[in-house]
Parts: sequence; structure tokens; C-alpha cells
Amino acid sequence: MARAVSNQRKAINTAVAWIIALLIFFPILWTILTSFKTEAEAIADPPSFLFFNWTLDNYTTVQARSDYFGHFWNSVVISVGSTILGLIIAIPSAWAMAFVPGKQTKNVLMWMLSTKMLPPVGVLVPIYLIFRDVGLLDTRFGLVIVLMLINLPIIIWMLYSYFREIPGEILEAARMDGAGLRSEILYVLTPMAVPGIASTLLLNIILAWNEAFWTLTLTAANSAPLTAFIASYSSPEGLFYAKLSAASTMAIAPILIMGWFSQKQLVRGLTFGAVK
Amino acid sequence: MGQITLEKVTKSFGDVEVIPPLDLTIEDGEFCVFVGPSGCGKSTLLRLIAGLEDISSGAIKIDGSDASDVPPAKRGLAMVFQSYALYPHMSVRKNIAFPMKMAGVSQDEQNRRIESAAKALNLTDYLERRPGQLSGGQRQRVAIGRAIVREPAAFLFDEPLSNLDAALRVGMRLEISELHERLKTTMIYVTHDQVEAMTMADKIVVLRAGNIEQVGSPLDLYKHPRNLFVAGFIGSPKMNLIEGEAAARHDAKTIGIRPEHIEVTEAGEWQGRVGVAEHLGSDTFLHVHDTGLTDILTVRSTGEMGLRHGDCVSLSPRHDQIHRFDASGLRMA
Repeated sequence: MARAVSNQRKAINTAVAWIIALLIFFPILWTILTSFKTEAEAIADPPSFLFFNWTLDNYTTVQARSDYFGHFWNSVVISVGSTILGLIIAIPSAWAMAFVPGKQTKNVLMWMLSTKMLPPVGVLVPIYLIFRDVGLLDTRFGLVIVLMLINLPIIIWMLYSYFREIPGEILEAARMDGAGLRSEILYVLTPMAVPGIASTLLLNIILAWNEAFWTLTLTAANSAPLTAFIASYSSPEGLFYAKLSAASTMAIAPILIMGWFSQKQLVRGLTFGAVK
Repeated sequence: MGQITLEKVTKSFGDVEVIPPLDLTIEDGEFCVFVGPSGCGKSTLLRLIAGLEDISSGAIKIDGSDASDVPPAKRGLAMVFQSYALYPHMSVRKNIAFPMKMAGVSQDEQNRRIESAAKALNLTDYLERRPGQLSGGQRQRVAIGRAIVREPAAFLFDEPLSNLDAALRVGMRLEISELHERLKTTMIYVTHDQVEAMTMADKIVVLRAGNIEQVGSPLDLYKHPRNLFVAGFIGSPKMNLIEGEAAARHDAKTIGIRPEHIEVTEAGEWQGRVGVAEHLGSDTFLHVHDTGLTDILTVRSTGEMGLRHGDCVSLSPRHDQIHRFDASGLRMA
């Protein structure tokens, strides 16, 4: 039976939710506002919230000083590339774990998750040396590989929990209908899992887009994505808050817009399997 | 052709043996029903034949050739699942076409077979719909359509009607029987409903705990149940099983008498009081207490009987219809 919730209770819940949401959003809002201030206003004490001289100078300076679109393109290639490569590997893996589990499947899944608990700096030296020796340093391909490997456990876990919700009988029906493994995955499983694959894709693009540790350590001029573009505004000569904010706003804007339009899909993907 | 032979087939899951060594032959064109209570291994047996489960030992032969290691896609069998197992992202037309697409059938031939199956199954108006837009009965028809177009050596049905309501179930039962008459293809049908088994089968295989208890025609099983389990399982309402003095008078440990073989008479052999009386119009089922034979004796009388709860009745069993069983539960000659 549904619990009755009083109107007063609903109003309080809504207010609390708004306050939490604003608290979370405030730093982003502040960054965006700061990006329209002059450097002097950006560090003014007390800070001004809305009543300052709005200016687009920071954006023109940032665009003139560094190649935003070059970094943007690198971010797109690295995040989309690593996610698609990850999906190509993860779909058959998740299929195997969901539909023909072996005795060790659970352990393999846990082991994959455990790699996410390892601090990335722990494997920095070996990966750096390998990348140096095989000539992958400062290449987009190198970053695609490393980000794919880092996010692969999450991709497999998400797809695994999605696939587990698909009735096995439908795949058995495909087998009875004469489908081999390739046809079964291509014509039956993948189209049925499109919502799950889409939310996995979106979430991993966001994760890869925002990844800073590896993108900062393994790139220089050629393949640096937007994370490196932001970092370049924190220079030894001092912090330029307004320009840094403009760079940050330009870096997060594309992914924020994508996230906004796909939030329904994302939430569904993240909560899938929680309730049947 | 579709003769299916099981030779010493066994199936174990880990240490648990669910199918002990089992031999069975299903003849070409036969309608064979596997029936038994839940967990008796009937669905497992069907899945072994389909190739969806691997046998632990023995051999499965289809038309004489060993198919034990042949993958399901290559066995030439079609299966209809309890949950219909339609592809939700495809239209009815594409669902039916899928096995033909996998087999590389030409587009013209695909269309011809789809049209013909849709016509036979009353699906012509629904070909462009998705399974989610169909009723349970229509979905089951699509599943059957998908099986028909493959022109398989045999059809395997895994409790295909158990998700349908009672009225639809009767209709679909007739449709499947008619389909068998028309196609004359081997059909293996799994059900726990003995009415389905009795009405559809050429041959019934009664299973319990993975063992075959009896194989025979519906009437053979009805008239000559090999043991107490089959006697109790086949027939609705269930056969009355009576032990004690009444059985001893027939030199048996247990005697069985079907409800329809007990008559309500003026001065019968057995006396009792009516507990629940179920008036179906065509028949009356009486559940009679205090007979001194068994807790409740079920009696089936043709037509309406004006008996109510608490009425005293006098009953006469038809002696030529009494089944005798020994101490081990086996039928006595």
C-alpha cells in the first residue's frame, strides 16, 4: 500500500531537495559568473554576485591565447573513442558473464571492480614507461587505450547488470531459430539492450571527458584535451581566476549540455535493476 | 521426418542427477506430451532434446543420426516457450521472419511463408505491430508462427498455454491440435496440466523425479495406470484411492476407483454425508465424508443432482472399474 504523504511533508522535501541541488550547483554557477568578471572583480572582497561589469574579455583572451577547438576535438576523440572501444570489448564480455556464468564469474567481476580501488598513481610509472617505449606518449590513441582500460570495469558492470534483466529465454529462442553467437548478440541482445548501452555510453563519455590524472600526465602539446587546457591557466606566474573560470566554463559546457539532454537516460541507466 | 530417440540419456547438475538413465522413442508425426508435477524434469528433458542443455551421458538421435553434440540452431527443431520469448524490438513480421533470415531463405519465399502462417493463425492484421501491442493469445500465435515457418523436423512446446486465461487456453489447445492434424509434424509438448495431456496427445509420457512412470495413449493411461502415481495423476477429478478393509476385500493393498465410476443409488454399498457439492450443470461433483473408506470420497454424477451439504447419500462403485494396487504401489492384474 502506498504511504500517504502530507502536503506539508512534500513541501519540506521539495525545499530540502532544492537547497541540496543549489549547494551542489553553486561552485559551477560561481565559476560561470566569475568567467564574466574582470580579474580585479574576480578576487574582490567582498565578492559581488550579480552586480559587476559583465565582460566577454576573458573568453576572447582564452580563445586568442590557446587553441580551444584543438583541445575540444582531442577531448571528443579521446572520450568517444575510449568509450566505443570499451563497448566493443565489454558487450561480448558482459554477455558471457550474464548468460553463461562460470564458477569464477562473480570473482572476476569483483576483481575488475577492485582495480578501481587502486590509486592510479600506483601504476603511473609502469604505464608511463610502457607508453614511452612504445611511442604512445602524447598521442590520442594512447589516451584512448588508457581511458578505455580505466573505465572498462564500469562499462562491463553496467552492461552486465543490464543484460541480467533480459530474459534468457529470448536468447534461447534466437538459438533455436538458428542464430549463431554473432547473430544472437548482433540482432537480438544488442537491440534489446539499446537503453542500457546508451546510458553506459553517455556515462563513460562523461567520465572520460572529465578524467584529468592520465590526460595531464601522458599528454603534452599534441593530444592534450580540455582538462589540460584548464590546467594550463594555473601557471607559476599566479592564478588568473577570471580566465581560469572562462576556460573551465568552455571545457565543461559541452558535456554539461550533453548531460542535461540525456539526464533521463542516465538516471535510468544508473538505477536499472534496482527495482524490477 | 522427425523421429526422436533418447538412449540412456542422463542429466546431472553438479552432484544432483535430475534425469536418471532414460530411454524413449517419439515416432515421426506423433503428438507426444510430457506430463508430471512441478520439478519432475519434463522441461529439462525438452531442453535436452532442443540442445539448450547438454546431456551428461547417453545419446539423442534425430531421424537416426546422433544429435547429442549438435548445437540447437542446427538440430532442425522449433521451440515455443512458456513466456512466448518474442523479440520485443521487432514487429510481428520480423519476428516470424527471423528464423528464415538466419537460414538464408530468399525474401520472396520469406514473404510467402509469413503470409501463409499469418493467415493460418489470424495474424494478418497484426503483422506490423510489436509484440508489446498484442494480447497474450496473439503473442502465443506469433511464437507458433515463428516456429511453423522454419518447417522443422519437430516442434517443441514448453508449457505454451500456462500464461493464458482459461477460455483462451481451451481455444489455443484446439488450434495446436488442428495444427498437428494439418502439418503431421512431430510435436513434443510439455505441460503439468493433465487435461491438456489427455485431450491433445497421441502418446503421454508421465514423469516423476526424472523417471518415466508410464508411456501410453491417453485412454491406456486412464484405463490401465501402471502404478498409484499415474492413477492419481491422470484423470480429473482425481481417482479415489482406498486402503484398509475395503481394499483387502479385493486382495489388494490399495484400490482405486474414479469419481465417474461411483453411482449415487438408493441402497448402495457405501454410505456417507455430502460435504461440498459442486454443481457444474453438466455434472455434479460430490465430496462425501464419513464413508469409513477414506477422508473424502469424490463422486462425479452426470447432470444436476439436487444434493446439498449435509445430505446423506448411498453409493455403489462399479466393480468392473476398480483398479487394484499391491504394497509397492504397482498395478495388480
